[in-house]
Amino acid sequence: MSYIIKGNTGDWEVVIGLEVHAQVISNSKLFSGADTTFGAEPNSQVSFVDAGFPGMLPVINAKCVEQAVRTGLGLKAKINNRSVFARKNYFYADLPQGYQISQYELPIVGEGTLILDMPDGSTRAVGIERLHLEQDAGKSMHDQHPNKSLIDLNRSGVALMEIVSKPDMRTPEEAGAYLRKLRAILRYLGSCDGNMEEGSMRCDVNVSVRHPGEEFRTRCEIKNVNSVRFVMQAIEHEAARHVEVYESGGDIRQETRLFDPSRGETRSMRSKEQAHDYRYFPDPDLLPLEFDDAYVEAIRATLPELPDEKKERFISEYGITAYDATVLVMDQENSAFFETVAKGRDGKTAVAWVTTNLFGSLNKRGLSVSDSPVSATQLGQLIDLVADNTLSTRLAKDVFEIMMDEGKDPSVIVEERGMKQVTDTSAIEAACDQVIAANAEKADEVRNGKEKLVAWFVGQVMKATQGKANPAMLQEILKKKLLG
Amino acid sequence: MLDKQTVRNIAFLARIDVKEDDLEPLANQLSGIIGWVEQLGEVNTDGVAPMTSVTNQVLRWRADELTDGGRADQVVLNAPDKLDGCFAVPKMVE
Repeated sequence: MSYIIKGNTGDWEVVIGLEVHAQVISNSKLFSGADTTFGAEPNSQVSFVDAGFPGMLPVINAKCVEQAVRTGLGLKAKINNRSVFARKNYFYADLPQGYQISQYELPIVGEGTLILDMPDGSTRAVGIERLHLEQDAGKSMHDQHPNKSLIDLNRSGVALMEIVSKPDMRTPEEAGAYLRKLRAILRYLGSCDGNMEEGSMRCDVNVSVRHPGEEFRTRCEIKNVNSVRFVMQAIEHEAARHVEVYESGGDIRQETRLFDPSRGETRSMRSKEQAHDYRYFPDPDLLPLEFDDAYVEAIRATLPELPDEKKERFISEYGITAYDATVLVMDQENSAFFETVAKGRDGKTAVAWVTTNLFGSLNKRGLSVSDSPVSATQLGQLIDLVADNTLSTRLAKDVFEIMMDEGKDPSVIVEERGMKQVTDTSAIEAACDQVIAANAEKADEVRNGKEKLVAWFVGQVMKATQGKANPAMLQEILKKKLLG
Repeated sequence: MLDKQTVRNIAFLARIDVKEDDLEPLANQLSGIIGWVEQLGEVNTDGVAPMTSVTNQVLRWRADELTDGGRADQVVLNAPDKLDGCFAVPKMVE
C-alpha cells in the first residue's frame, strides 16, 4: 500500500515517526509513594516529592522498572542492564520541580521491532528506536476561571514510558496500525491500559515529506494527538501542508504544532517557538539504574503469549486466515472467547460464528465481548448442534438470535420451541410429495428442463416444514422426485 | 569565553531577569568558573570508568506501595494563589 501525494514537481511520499507516552500501570508513582488512580480530588495524591518541595529525594518504584523491562521484551528490544536518569530542564506551571526526571543518553530499553498487520493481511516491520522511563507532569485546567489556570498535581510523577519509533512509516494507515498494535501489546503485557481518551496513552507525531529516494527533509512535530483517527488526519493534513509550502517555493522550518480536531488541521504552537534547550544532565539525586540478566530472564518467564505469536498459532492450529487471526488477537478477551469456541471444533466454522455472527450482533447492540449474552461455551454448544445434525445452519442462526435475546443454552431453546431439524427421510419425502402434488404444473415445467424452479420448490417445502427440513436432504430428495 | 548573547540566553532559560549592563561582567565570571572546572580535563582518565558516587552505593529501589498523599491542604499551603484545592497561576493558554 502506498500513499503518494501528486504534486506539480512530482510525487511526494510521507515520512512518519511516532513518540508514544504510555502511562505505566503501578499502584504508586515512579519516585514517590503517592497513589496513581485517575480522577481523585485535586492534589490529594501528591507527595512532597511530586510537588517539587526543597530537599525531597526521589526513590525509584521497583514495579515501574519491571513494567519498562516487560514492555521492552514485548517489543523484542534490547534491554540495557545499566541506564541513567537525567534532568530535562524547562519551565512550565505544571512541572513544579522545574525539570522532568527522564532518561537521555542511556535509556532502559534500546532498539526493537513492532510488526504492523495491514488490512489486506500483509505485515510490515517498524523499528523501535528506544523506550525510556520518565515522570508525567501535573494537569493544567484553563476553563475554570476567566484569567487563571488551575494546576492539579495528582498526575505529577506518575511513571511514563516514552516509546519512540524509527521514521519507518509511509502512510497514515501504517501510523494507525502502529498505534493499534502497540496498544494491543501494552494491554497484553499489562504495562499500560492504552486508553487514549483518558490520556493514559498519548501520541506525538513527526511528519516530513520528500520525493521518493531523497534524503529526509525537515520534520514537524505534532503534539498530543489523542486518538488513532486524529493521528491519521493530522498526518494527512500536515503532509499536504508541507507539499504546498515546498511547491510554492517556501521552506518548512522545524517546529512544534498542535492538531485542532474540530478543523482537522495543524497550527504552530507559539509557546514552543523559543528553540528548546533542555540542558539535560545526569540527575545527581539518582544513581544509575542497574540489574543483572537473571532479573530480565525472570521477567521474560512471566510474559504472556503476545499478539504476533497468538496470530501464528491461530493460523496453524485452527486453519483460519491471517485477516481473521489479526482481528481476533488485537483484543485478549476476543481471542480467549474464540479459543473456547474453537477448541475441539472446526476452526473456520468457529471463526465465522465469532467474527460474523457474534461480533456483528454485539456491535448492533453496542455491547463488548465481556457483556455478551451468549457465552463462549454456549456458542460452542450451538456449533455442536449443527455438527450432529440437530440443527441446520439456517436454524442455528435463528437459535443464535434467540440466545442473544434470552441468554439460554441452545439445547434448551431447541427443546422449548421444537426447533430440531427434520432428518427423517420419510417425513421430508411426504412434505415434498404434498408440495409437488399441489403444484403439478410447476413440477412439469421442471421436468421439461426449467431446473431453476427446483429452488422454488425447496423454498416451499422449507416453508411447509417451518424451516426445519434438513436442507441437503431436502435438495437431494426433491431432485430425485422431480428429475428422477 | 562566553559571549553576552549566550549569557542572555542562559538567563532566559533560568528565568532570571539580568540587566543589560550586568551581562558583560557575568560573562567574565561564568567563563572564569568554566575555565577553573576545565582544569579537570588535564588529568589523564583513559581507561577509567565514569564514577557516579564516591562511596560504593547502588540505587535503592522501593516496593510499589502507597505510603504518601492525602494531604492536599499541605501541598497547596504555601501557594501564592489557590482555588478549589488547585494551585492558581496566570492563565497560560495556547
